[in-house]
Amino acid sequence: MPDAAALSASPRRARLAFAGFAAIHGWLLLLPAAVLLVAFTHYPTVRTLISSLYSKGTSMRPARFVGADNYAAMIEDPVFWKVAFNTFYFALGTIPASIVLALTMALWVNGKLAGRGFLRLAYFTPTILPMIAVANIWLFFYTPGIGLIDQMLGLVGLSGRNWLGDPDTVLPSLIVMTVWKEAGFFMIFYLAALQAIPPELKEAAMLEGASRWTYLRRVLLPLLMPTTLFVLINAVLNSFKLVDHLFILTKGGPNNASNLLLYYIYETAFSYFDAPYAATLTAVLLAILAVLALTQFLVLDKRVHYR
Amino acid sequence: MFIGLKKAAKAAAVATLCGGMLASPAAAKDVELTMYYPISVGGPLTQVIDAMVGDFQKEHPAVKVNAIYAGNYDDTRVKALAAMNAGQPAQLSVMFSIDAYELMEQNAIVAFDDIAETAEDKAWLTSFYPGLMENGVIDGKTWGIPFQRSTIVMYYNKDAFREAGLNPEQPPRTWDEMVAAGKALTKADGSRYGLMIPSTGYPYWMFGALAKQNGEVLMSRDGTETYFNKPAVVDALQFWRDLGAKHKIMPEGTIEWGTLRQNFLECRTAMMWHSTGNLTAVKDAATFDFGVAMLPGNTQAGSPTGGGNFYIFKKTSPEERQAALQFIKFMTAPERAAQWSIATGYMGVSPTSYATPALSAYVKEFPPAAVARDQLEHATAELSTYETGRVRKLLDDAIQSVLTGAAEPKAALDAAQAQADRLLKSYR
Repeated sequence: MPDAAALSASPRRARLAFAGFAAIHGWLLLLPAAVLLVAFTHYPTVRTLISSLYSKGTSMRPARFVGADNYAAMIEDPVFWKVAFNTFYFALGTIPASIVLALTMALWVNGKLAGRGFLRLAYFTPTILPMIAVANIWLFFYTPGIGLIDQMLGLVGLSGRNWLGDPDTVLPSLIVMTVWKEAGFFMIFYLAALQAIPPELKEAAMLEGASRWTYLRRVLLPLLMPTTLFVLINAVLNSFKLVDHLFILTKGGPNNASNLLLYYIYETAFSYFDAPYAATLTAVLLAILAVLALTQFLVLDKRVHYR
Repeated sequence: MFIGLKKAAKAAAVATLCGGMLASPAAAKDVELTMYYPISVGGPLTQVIDAMVGDFQKEHPAVKVNAIYAGNYDDTRVKALAAMNAGQPAQLSVMFSIDAYELMEQNAIVAFDDIAETAEDKAWLTSFYPGLMENGVIDGKTWGIPFQRSTIVMYYNKDAFREAGLNPEQPPRTWDEMVAAGKALTKADGSRYGLMIPSTGYPYWMFGALAKQNGEVLMSRDGTETYFNKPAVVDALQFWRDLGAKHKIMPEGTIEWGTLRQNFLECRTAMMWHSTGNLTAVKDAATFDFGVAMLPGNTQAGSPTGGGNFYIFKKTSPEERQAALQFIKFMTAPERAAQWSIATGYMGVSPTSYATPALSAYVKEFPPAAVARDQLEHATAELSTYETGRVRKLLDDAIQSVLTGAAEPKAALDAAQAQADRLLKSYR
């Protein structure tokens, strides 16, 4: 009897051993990526959360645990609310506009057009320029009086404005520049997606007597939804993380009228040396991005048609 | 990966040590210095610095200096401190003269008094213009040595003065004269303004000048108190706003620091207030006859000093400190200070630099080069306190909100003062 039990058990043990080995094998394969992720993403995130619970320490006054004090201070901080509002304004201003523009440009340069190679290149040029370079160019576009925009306005008899020096126009000015910079990048994705759509669909639609508008709305746009989701996620992320231009153009001014959350975090950390408060703001930024990403994946993903 | 690198570095260090012991004793004394430096005005100044570092290298082959251009003043401070926190500190850097409190509080820098051992070195510490030492001497110790130092000066377009019927050799000396001249110089169609004072980038700096000209400074000498809402300071801000809102000799809203020089060169403004560090760049590019004058005063003349100081970091070996000291002495020696001043427009940092043949000849041929120096006797320290970044930003925001018409001077400065008090209370 013991023999029989041993006989029947040994293949199972072998199977278990094999399964265990396969699991280890799998984990080993995942290890390099996991180590990098933990070291450069998860660990810093946790450290950020922890350090947001401490006071600002210096060599003369060491940091101590203060609980949610930093968060309470943030609620009281009018600049925080200002930059939070600005960030959402900036996101709302840039995301839909750049996506619609990208799609329009892609539809146009996808058609049979003389010199469309040049046109595509022209649309893509803003993307290959670094944001700092773009900001330096646009600084001279926006300069009152001698800037390109004011000179063109002067040609048609309009007087210029102090685009970046006026709290009412500074953020819209930055939004226009960002859309100009971003749209070309998104256009490339739309262009690639459009070229993957079989031409028979269009022929079939035309045979059925569908108008171009119906074809766009009922055939093209649904087929482009996966791309749109991808572009949307990118656009949302960029609207939060793209602040390079602020260093050149406005430094968040005048009076924080163009200050964005990430730039405020930079200022807090490196200009005020207030690492815990910067960590507090970072925690908020992370929370916002996590909520947005989850919403996009959970809600929008269901409505996307993948072929 | 990082452990591997560290090991490799250790091995390399051991190897050099052994090599040094085997080779001549002089080689063991080789010191390598890393220095970050900022540039905040126009012109190809990195080449000038590189050339000066090259000259030092020739005289002192045992010391190797890596001079790294690190952007503007804020960028440089960030890079230097980040390198320090990462355990690969620079040994010395040129940083904002007003960063001293913050660097002290971070325990990042060492006082020059503790490094200067010989009587000669100690005498060298007192060889600079006292006005330039104000931001660098704290609690009786010298923490920063002046290098690229400036005051604000008024550049004016002499051709425009002639055209408007003003005497080009008599720039305005008071606020009233400046407003009157500005009105004559401003064109009704908006193609030329009388005056531009930049209000982005460093608004608190320009405002320090206006406050001083109105008889008030912005902070206490020990950096623990600000005077943002004193009546004379409030009046100064009112005057700044009035230049655009009431007198219409300056555009309303904020004026960009970075493009102001271009505005002046393209005759969009007949007068501008700017750092003297722009002088050579303006001289090289101006297509018209221009002059440089001290800033006009109201109750008195005045301008804050500005610019960058040399600092030596604390995480350094005694040899590195001595080598850094040697390098700084070289860079601020009269001949180099003269060379630097001529190349940029920044002022010679010591009286002896103006006595060198090169700079005295240059000043004779181009008198504007001496304006910043002559203005030194009316100069005050640049705004610098504990928590300096945040305090500065409070004032910047208040100034910008007033200039854009979003707030009244008194209310804005009261609020800034209240917040500054809260920040600084614990240092008193």
